[in-house]
Amino acid sequence: MKEYDKLIFEISKPGRKGYQLPADKYGVDGMSAIPAGLMRGEAPELPEVSELDVVRHYTNLSNKNFGVDTGFYPLGSCTMKYNPKINEELASLPAFAGLHPLQDVKSVQGALQLYYELQQALSSLAGLKEFTLNPYAGAHGELTGLMVMRQYHKLRGDDKRTKVIVPDTAHGTNPASAMVAGLEVVEVKSRPNGSIDIEDLKPLLDDTVAGIMMTNPNTLGMFETEIMEIASLVHEAGGLLYYDGANLNPMLGKVRPGDMGFDIMHINLHKTFSTPHGGGGPGSGPVGVSERLVDLLPTPRVVKLDDGSFDVVYNGDESLGSVSTFFGNFGVMMKAYAYILSLGRDNIKNVGPMATLNANYIKESLRDLYKLPVEGPCKHEFVFDGLADKSTGVTTLNVAKRLLDFGFHAPTIYFPLLFHESLMIEPTETESLETLDEFIDVMRKVAIEARENPELVKEAPVTTAISHPDETGAAKNPILSYKAMKA
Amino acid sequence: MSTVKEDVRYAESHEWVKVEGDIAVIGISDYAQHALGDIVYVDMPEEGDEIEAGDVFGAVESVKAASDLICPVSGEVVAVNEDLEDSPELINKDAFETWIIKVRMSDASQVDALLDAAAYAKLCEDE
Repeated sequence: MKEYDKLIFEISKPGRKGYQLPADKYGVDGMSAIPAGLMRGEAPELPEVSELDVVRHYTNLSNKNFGVDTGFYPLGSCTMKYNPKINEELASLPAFAGLHPLQDVKSVQGALQLYYELQQALSSLAGLKEFTLNPYAGAHGELTGLMVMRQYHKLRGDDKRTKVIVPDTAHGTNPASAMVAGLEVVEVKSRPNGSIDIEDLKPLLDDTVAGIMMTNPNTLGMFETEIMEIASLVHEAGGLLYYDGANLNPMLGKVRPGDMGFDIMHINLHKTFSTPHGGGGPGSGPVGVSERLVDLLPTPRVVKLDDGSFDVVYNGDESLGSVSTFFGNFGVMMKAYAYILSLGRDNIKNVGPMATLNANYIKESLRDLYKLPVEGPCKHEFVFDGLADKSTGVTTLNVAKRLLDFGFHAPTIYFPLLFHESLMIEPTETESLETLDEFIDVMRKVAIEARENPELVKEAPVTTAISHPDETGAAKNPILSYKAMKA
Repeated sequence: MSTVKEDVRYAESHEWVKVEGDIAVIGISDYAQHALGDIVYVDMPEEGDEIEAGDVFGAVESVKAASDLICPVSGEVVAVNEDLEDSPELINKDAFETWIIKVRMSDASQVDALLDAAAYAKLCEDE
């Protein structure tokens, strides 16, 4: 039905309502119970629709969406693993969902226990001393972590340490977070295989270095094998090591950032710990630190008292102070907690190896038709530099769009910037062999189409509701409201 | 695919420089616009700004990526291409006709250190 494809404002009919209040109590317009002094001057410009209009409109809209629940979502660097429904069930328990953060601590012991136990579980998985769960998402975690780094040097009176070293392969959020934290960004070059060039790093390590930000495995999905040497070089120079947890998934249960020498890290619960993201829900970016940095963590902190009960600490002499309202996105923490407990200590050790196996399986099955710029086993993801045969002019963008016609979400494209035609694939551990095989078949088919019938691939997608949105126009002249569209 | 113009000099970071007296006219190469894709925004300095060679003087933002603009010469910015404020896509249409800034050079010899067309074509081929 085309009617429900329109915007909700276009479906609106004057006077149509989704409810009726008793006229004897609230008046004909339903407003008479509201004191005149509280009434707004003009009616709000809300759509006037029936309940059925609303349900059909949004149900139709949701059917056009694509998520992990719909199909394979190999979006590199995003860890789009399946989000088990038991997480949602726990998070929506009324006894938790109805809590208020200003309640007396005695009445929220269960919630505080959950917070405390989740931070302990993360500490144990990360090899660090303590986590704050308060930051709202990954980049917020980065900012918080860098503020910890800055605070550490400041408390020592080491004010000249203002530089943060960031590899040229880093996620764009790394230099951005460093800038926001008031630190200076210095870029360190990578070798052709994407790993940090130690010879390029050494001259940067002077007494103005606050620390280095690293992702391991890096954004090409390759493990930084020289991490122990890098860690000791940075520590000798008086700097701290920050671990960007975006690529933590392949390490889970196998390698701990703390053991690699990292002092500070953030975790994206919405990636590694199976909470929804990408339109599906808010994120959460816990920050963990080594023992010497614990007192610098933001407040509020949850502590366990000697009698086994839990309390909230709102102040600390060395603490950064608050970085969020109360405890951050508590609902997300509940989902991550459910995930960790569902898997358990033994099964969680299979997450990293299975994610790694899946990525390597796809990589090796496609490398004859797609250009593989970096050889060797990858971790949870890998990057192709477009098609092996580029003679027909079919680009990575075209390949990504063509995948939509076969019911797959597109991989990450044009990141990292090391290659011109980057196509970054991350299958995660939750996909079956059958799904991986189907994806491989389709990727092979698209590569052959690109050679034999390039126009078909360039015109894709042809089966989606919208084929070719005006991306340039959307970036240049975004229309952000219905009013702006009508104007 | 992309063209390399003969009568300008190039920086390794893909800016071109055309010398007109003591003025350096600066833009980005056809190769660079091609690699960036559809350009949606150009961030430019203000007239009168002093710039050192190697400084970031702005950024080009495309649907794919944002890329810093690095000034190949030192001097004072004497003009910025205001057409780019509303029509950044002019760079995609003709990267060599569409200059971004003009700089009054404080050291014209800096241009000599830049790549000529042949060396730049080779650089692009190797990338």
